[in-house]
Parts: sequence; C-alpha cells; structure tokens
Amino acid sequence: MNLASHFSYWITLFLMVAGLFIVIARGNLIKKLVGLGIFQTSVYLLYIAPGKLIGGTAPILAEGFKVYSNPLPHVLILTAIVVGVATLALGLALVVRIREAYDTIEEDEILLQDHARETEAPFER
Amino acid sequence: MSLASHLPALQVVLPLVAAPLAVLVRHTGAAFLLVTLASWAAFAIAVLLWQQIGSHGTISYALGSWAPPLGIEYRVDRLSAFVLVLVAGIAAVVLPYSRRSIEAEIPREQHYLFYAMFALCLTGLLGIAITGDAFNIFVFLEIASLSTYVLIALGRDRRALMASYQYLIMGTIGATFIVIGVGLLYLKTGTLNLVDMSVRLQEMSNHRPVLAALGFLTVGISLKLALFPLHQWLPNAYAYAPSVVSAFLAATATKVSVYVLLRFYFSVFGESLVFHRLPLPEIMLALSLAAMFAASAIAIFQDDLKRLFAYSSVAQIGYITLGLSFDSVSGLTATVVHLFNHGITKAALFLLIGCAVTVVGGSSLSRLAGLGKVMPLTAFGIVLGGLSLIGVPGTAGFVSKWYLVLAALEKGHWWLALAIVASSLLAVAYVWRFVEIAYFRAPPAGLPVRREAPLSLLVPAWLLIAATIYFGLDTSVTVGSAAGAAAELLGMAK
Repeated sequence: MNLASHFSYWITLFLMVAGLFIVIARGNLIKKLVGLGIFQTSVYLLYIAPGKLIGGTAPILAEGFKVYSNPLPHVLILTAIVVGVATLALGLALVVRIREAYDTIEEDEILLQDHARETEAPFER
Repeated sequence: MSLASHLPALQVVLPLVAAPLAVLVRHTGAAFLLVTLASWAAFAIAVLLWQQIGSHGTISYALGSWAPPLGIEYRVDRLSAFVLVLVAGIAAVVLPYSRRSIEAEIPREQHYLFYAMFALCLTGLLGIAITGDAFNIFVFLEIASLSTYVLIALGRDRRALMASYQYLIMGTIGATFIVIGVGLLYLKTGTLNLVDMSVRLQEMSNHRPVLAALGFLTVGISLKLALFPLHQWLPNAYAYAPSVVSAFLAATATKVSVYVLLRFYFSVFGESLVFHRLPLPEIMLALSLAAMFAASAIAIFQDDLKRLFAYSSVAQIGYITLGLSFDSVSGLTATVVHLFNHGITKAALFLLIGCAVTVVGGSSLSRLAGLGKVMPLTAFGIVLGGLSLIGVPGTAGFVSKWYLVLAALEKGHWWLALAIVASSLLAVAYVWRFVEIAYFRAPPAGLPVRREAPLSLLVPAWLLIAATIYFGLDTSVTVGSAAGAAAELLGMAK
C-alpha cells in the first residue's frame, strides 16, 4: 500500500480534520459555519471516491462496457448535500437573528453580554 | 393490501404531510387542529403496531414494495414499537397544551410555523425509531434536528438564539460523525439495511474500518443523546426554548438517540464485539457515573427551574446509559423502562413549569417563591414529578431505579448499587430547593393571592403526572414490554 494510491483518503482526512478544527478554534459564528461546511463536505468525498472505478461507466447495459461505477453513493450524498445546504441556511439565518439581538457575531462578546446581564438582573425576561 | 398492512408507512407519512399543510393554511387554529389530529392518529397507529408486535412478532414493511435489502425497509420490533408509543404519546398529550402555552411565548403570526416545525420534528423522531436502513436513520435524524433548532430559536429570550446556534453546531458534528460511521460500514459491507449489515459484519468484526465505524457512531450518537461530557448544548437549549418545546424534547429527542445507540450496539455490531472485545462497557460505566454525580451536583446550584431540570436530565441519561453498560437482560430492561419513565416524568415537569411561566412570567427560582400558595396544583405536581426523579416508591422513577439496582447486584457490583442510591440523594437536594422556595417563602409582592393556570394547561400536565404515579404502581405494561425488548435485543446479538 503506497501513499499515492490512497490520495483521495488523504484529502478527505485533511478536510475532515481542518473543518472540525475551524469549528472548535474560531469564535466568529460565520467562520464556525464555514468550518462546519468543510467538515460535512469531506464526508461527501468519503462516500463518493470509493464508488468510482477507474474506467467505469454509469451502470447502463451497452455494447463494449464491462466495468460499472456504483451509483448509490452519489445518490446518498445528493441527500446529504441537501441536508448540508439546509443546515447552512438555517445556521446563517440564526446568525442574522443573533446579530440583530446582540449587535455582534463574535462568540466571546456574546457570552460576555449574557454574563453581564445575568449578574445585573438574573433571569429577567 | 388492506390499510392495516400499511400502518408502518402511515406512522411517518401522516405527520410529514401535516407539516406542509400547516404552512399552506397559514391559520393558527387550522394548523393546530391538523397537527394535533395527525399526532393523535400517529399515537393510535403506534399503539396498534405495538399490539401487532405482541401477537405476531416483528413487522417488516418494504417501502414502495421494493424488497429489502435493496429497498428501504421499515422494521418494527419490540423496542422500536415501545419508542414509537412513547414519542407519539408525548406528542399527543403535549400538542393540546401548546395552544394556550405558545400564546404567551411565541408571536401570534409565527404560530402556524410552530405547528409545522413540531410536525416535522415528530416525523423525524418517529422515522428514526421505525426505519431499518442506516442512511435513512441519518436523514430522519436531520429532519428531527433541523426542526428542533428552529423550535428552540422560537424562545422569546434572545439567549434562545445562541442556544439554538450552539445546538446546531454540536448536533451537526454529531450527525456528521454518524454519517462517517455509516459510510465506513457501507464501504465494508456494501449494504445499508441494518439486518443485512449485521449478518455481513459477523465475518469482519476484526477489520479496522469496522472498529473506526463503531467509534464514530458511538461519539456521534453520544453527542445527540447528551452523554456526559458531550452534554453542553442541552441545558441552554432546554432552558430558553418555549416550555412546550422543552417538554417535548426532554421526553423524546434524547430518548430516540438512546434507541439508535441500542440499535447499533445490539442489532448491528453485536454484543460480542461491543461488550466483550472492547472496553466500551467500562467507558460507558465511568461516563454514566460521572453524569449521575456531576450533573446532579450542578443542578443543585442552578437559579432557574428549567435549567435545574435540564441538568437533571443529563444526570438521568446517566442512569439510562448505566443500564446499557451492564450488558444483561435486567440492565437493558432498566434502560428501556427508564427511557419511558423518565420521558413522561420530565415532560410533566416541563409542562408544569410552563403553567407557572404563564402566570408568574418566568421560571427563575426567585419568581417562583410562594408558588405553593399561588398555584397549589402546579406546585404539587412539580413536587410529585420531583419525587419520581428521586425514585420514591410509588412513582415511575422508583421502578427503573429498582431494576437498575437489581442489575448492579446481579453483576456483583454492590458499590454501584450504593452509588445509585447516593446519586438519588443529590436529586433530593435539587428537588428540595424547589420545595423550600415554593412552600416556605412568601410570594413576591404584586402577585394575586391565588391564581391557578388555565385548565387547558393543567389537564395535559396532570395527565402525565397521573401516568407517572400509575406506571409506578402498575408496572406490568412498562416493565413487561421493556423486558421483552431487552430479551429480543440480546437474543439478536447472540
């Protein structure tokens, strides 16, 4: 097993770890969502890459084609992409509302504001 | 084919159709009626399925008549039927309550959207419990999660937004871990059908990708079920969501995640891999104990009743996973029965807190002072629910703790039985905080002498409290089905 023959896995792993790191390390709410997007995208690659055979075609019976790629991972990931888009859209909508309510999208500033309010007037609604 | 044979599909389709209809009618009353009727129908279907399981055994339903393992299979066995009854039952009780409750907490023009989201959330949770397809579990999980984020963000405090955002981040990481796990399993076995997968996995349980899949699934699902220390999203989400939403989520969302964990551990990977060759039982045991003690201790120091009970939920999830770690029929019985008992207890508690919120305007302990005089029924209900959390005999909580202690003694862990009792004492402490404030403090000035919440709120809440007492006295139904489910899970694993 040599490294180059598995390069799609290396890319997948790099994106996975990089995405997760951004989510954890960044305090900006938008950047967190960007990291989350990268993390989710890496999984698309994890599914799709092994489904492709070099020289394989779509699984349609025809003269002269003997090797077929597996179409199921693509279909699964189509669903996962839709879920990812919905998650991102909802996340961004929440960030818009958070910015309206707090006037900032930095996590530590928001927590500071909440903390300040709790010590002044605890659980006032 | 008669209609009765399509019950598994209808179980999911009815609430799924109710959601867009609720958006289309754009009318609060009509949306409420639609979604409530759909949830009652779902409850009726769940009970029918549960009865069918009892007499005919596992139901396998081929969706769209595509035979499994190629097509998607809906599979109802004892455990999934039990979870379906719990989820649909809580929804059926909570929805009539929602009408009055959200009037105080959500702007009127968003009410029909609330009902649409509620129906979607119900769809997702029922779908997770009924499907026999690994990728389908992920899709339903995301349907349930996305609608949950919206429901939490509807809370009127601005901190609800941040709670929802944090849950979105943590929940999506959890769900993505689950897809990675499912993906690795799919790469190894070439199938997504859970039954087919477990057969094919038997020959390759030593392969590293299978072990990696087990790891990813364990972490992902643990995030979803708020296993200590992955519970950080839960307290804020429950504390700032509208009361109805807290009640519904506390009773169902984490419970369904426990179901997914049981499903993967016992029906897919198999007991011998998970519990005998890997140190998972030890890890589960340690984390469960940490949850039982740490979360209960944190609950004692909360100043807001909703947050207090949210931390108590984290602790109670510890009891649920503790039963799982024993890997015995009695331990699993305790897990499954506590899913149900804690579900109804917590739903009742959050509904009663919702009653208090509509009258006194908040759930901080300082506002609830003298609640025993102002709202005697509500306060007494919360005390009864608290007794069930402690595990006082005569309440549902006692039944599950009894089986948990039995399972611990069966394994010869007498110190563990002591730990269960000791952590219950912590529950006494946090329930006592409410008792002291509600009964031994004078109500703050400005509150009327006596003003009970409207009946439309009190009746559903007390229905659940009555169920808590009933299932504490008559255990034949709950323990019977839980024991059946546990035996079936372990039988499958062997």
